Amino acid sequence: MLLVHPVRELGQFLPALVGLVLAGRAMGNGQLWWLGPLGVVGVITLSVLRWVTTRYRITSEQVQLRTGLLQRKTISTPADRVRSVHVTASALHRLLGLAKVEIGTGSHEAGSGLSLDSLRVVEAAGLRAELLHRSAVASSDTPGTVAFRAAPAAGAATSGEHEIALDHDTALDHDTELARMDPRWVRFAPFTMSGVLGAVAIFGIGSRLFDQLGVSAGDVGPIRGGLSYFEQNPIWLDVIQGVAVLVVFVTVLSIGGYALSYWGFRLTRHPHGSLHITRGLLTTRATSIEERRLRGVELAEPLLLRAVHAARLSGIATGLKPRAGADGGSSMLLPPAPRAVAHELAAQILRDPAPVDVALIAHGPAARRRRFTRALLAALVLILAAGVAISSGVSQWLALPAVLTVPAAAMLAADRYHSLGHAIAGGYLVTRAGSLYRRRDVLECDGIIGWNVRQSFFQQRAGLATLTATTAAGRQRYAVSDVPLSLAMSLASRALPGLVDDFLLPDNPVREPFDSD
Amino acid sequence: MQPREPAHHVSPRAVAYWTLRAVPFWILVLAGELFWLWSSRDRTGVQFAVLSLTVLFAAVHLIVMPRWRYRVHRWEVTATAVYTQSGWLTQERRIAPISRVQTVDTERGPLEQLFSLANVTVTTASAAGPLRIHGLDRATAEGVVSELTEVTSHSQGDAT
Repeated sequence: MLLVHPVRELGQFLPALVGLVLAGRAMGNGQLWWLGPLGVVGVITLSVLRWVTTRYRITSEQVQLRTGLLQRKTISTPADRVRSVHVTASALHRLLGLAKVEIGTGSHEAGSGLSLDSLRVVEAAGLRAELLHRSAVASSDTPGTVAFRAAPAAGAATSGEHEIALDHDTALDHDTELARMDPRWVRFAPFTMSGVLGAVAIFGIGSRLFDQLGVSAGDVGPIRGGLSYFEQNPIWLDVIQGVAVLVVFVTVLSIGGYALSYWGFRLTRHPHGSLHITRGLLTTRATSIEERRLRGVELAEPLLLRAVHAARLSGIATGLKPRAGADGGSSMLLPPAPRAVAHELAAQILRDPAPVDVALIAHGPAARRRRFTRALLAALVLILAAGVAISSGVSQWLALPAVLTVPAAAMLAADRYHSLGHAIAGGYLVTRAGSLYRRRDVLECDGIIGWNVRQSFFQQRAGLATLTATTAAGRQRYAVSDVPLSLAMSLASRALPGLVDDFLLPDNPVREPFDSD
Repeated sequence: MQPREPAHHVSPRAVAYWTLRAVPFWILVLAGELFWLWSSRDRTGVQFAVLSLTVLFAAVHLIVMPRWRYRVHRWEVTATAVYTQSGWLTQERRIAPISRVQTVDTERGPLEQLFSLANVTVTTASAAGPLRIHGLDRATAEGVVSELTEVTSHSQGDAT
């Protein structure tokens, strides 16, 4: 669409344009006033040219994107390499009935994916079905060549060059719904980090803005009023009020963020073997993952979410990298939701409840000792640092939090050990670790393409090892930490029979794994 | 169920190579300390103690580390898998099935060429699991590469 590019690029070039206007004013006593408008016209012309010179094309073998006016660039991807398709529509896109299609190819190089901006919504949906089910539908009804380009101005959309096949649209109706957002899930939003991160971002941008404009925050009326109000009160009241304001602020932000990202979340399974996720309040996102690319799931339970019996679910897929951030990332399968819902969804996705519900095997006393040693050593370092600070004149009250690190460290270590565990169930390797950020990784054994057995000096002395399963999907590595070496080898041998058996010492009797916790 | 070590040692010349490779770091540290000694006006015992401790550590590191490494660094290629062991204080064993090997590279840095050594890197489709065999004899490295290339050209499927 002709409007999307200019609006977005004007936004991108805004700082430069402001600079141009200011420069025009400052130089030549105002005679260079035309610099600013010229810049605006230039940006609009360039973005229109970009629209005119961009062509997409899909043949039975490949997806092609050609861009550039002076420097022509053609990106093409074999159609059978398409691993995931995202359809995003920002508020502007939705207003104009457009969407952006991003095609993931599983390569980890930047810029290797294709991004087709400003397709009409119907085209985007058709393209998604077309790309994802090409392999499943195979030669039967795939058109030979489909050429099209970004939709011209709405209404005049009949230039004959964009005939996109929509024959799969009917098939989309047979989707089975696996999960749908319940508005009550919004109550988990304050227990995620997104509100805190949002508050930090707003504070950072705000202070930068004040800084750039050369205004002190105290000069702004409402802020000055608030500050003088705080100055009149005793300190303890200030602290309580400040904390209350902060909590309310963070809560509102996180709930807003949750609603923006996940409103209308819906996860469906297509009979051709793919999962579709749609979500978003203003910007809508639709992600499709081929199920044969899905090698497992990650069940994340950060401490705060765990406290309210909630969890998040993401997929371990080739062609999708888990991205951190409030947005949840492209491999998200379920936003923060009740743990029972997450477990049930994982069981449905894996078509087997065992990997998510199986009791994990604990790693034994040596691993527990190691958890405590490490946590208490960290506490000791903090206490020593506090001691140095106090002896150099800092308030003696610092001793209180310093001493309190010891019970905190002990609790952390106990919980970390409690979380630590692994299992093999239903053809999946299951491993769980962490306390503040506890994660249960469920990885398909068939997706494992190697083992790393790592032993630090201290692990060697304790007879422990960290067994890492390497894979082409998700994080690329999934570790079973601090497991006794013999147990690590038997685990590797059970997960991928035949591979490690050649490299084991013959005589040793097989030791039984520790009892589950 | 204990793992056994891979069958082959790397080249004995690797000991000299690892020693030489560690020297520049200690020279830098010693140079810094000597500059400190030279630039400070009142030379205390502390400075000399630090200097002699550094020399001691350097000597121990340069003598112990390469020999320890040589005992640890081992490799093996079977019909079904590649198996390597490396490190000294922290040790790591890596196993990758031949069927999942994607590329096999050799590489020789200037210092390694001096000792006619080579590294072999075997990668799979996972970004986490390249297997590296350091300090191989050049002829051995070429043998390993040609053998692996031969075997992997027959296999298919990299689990992506």
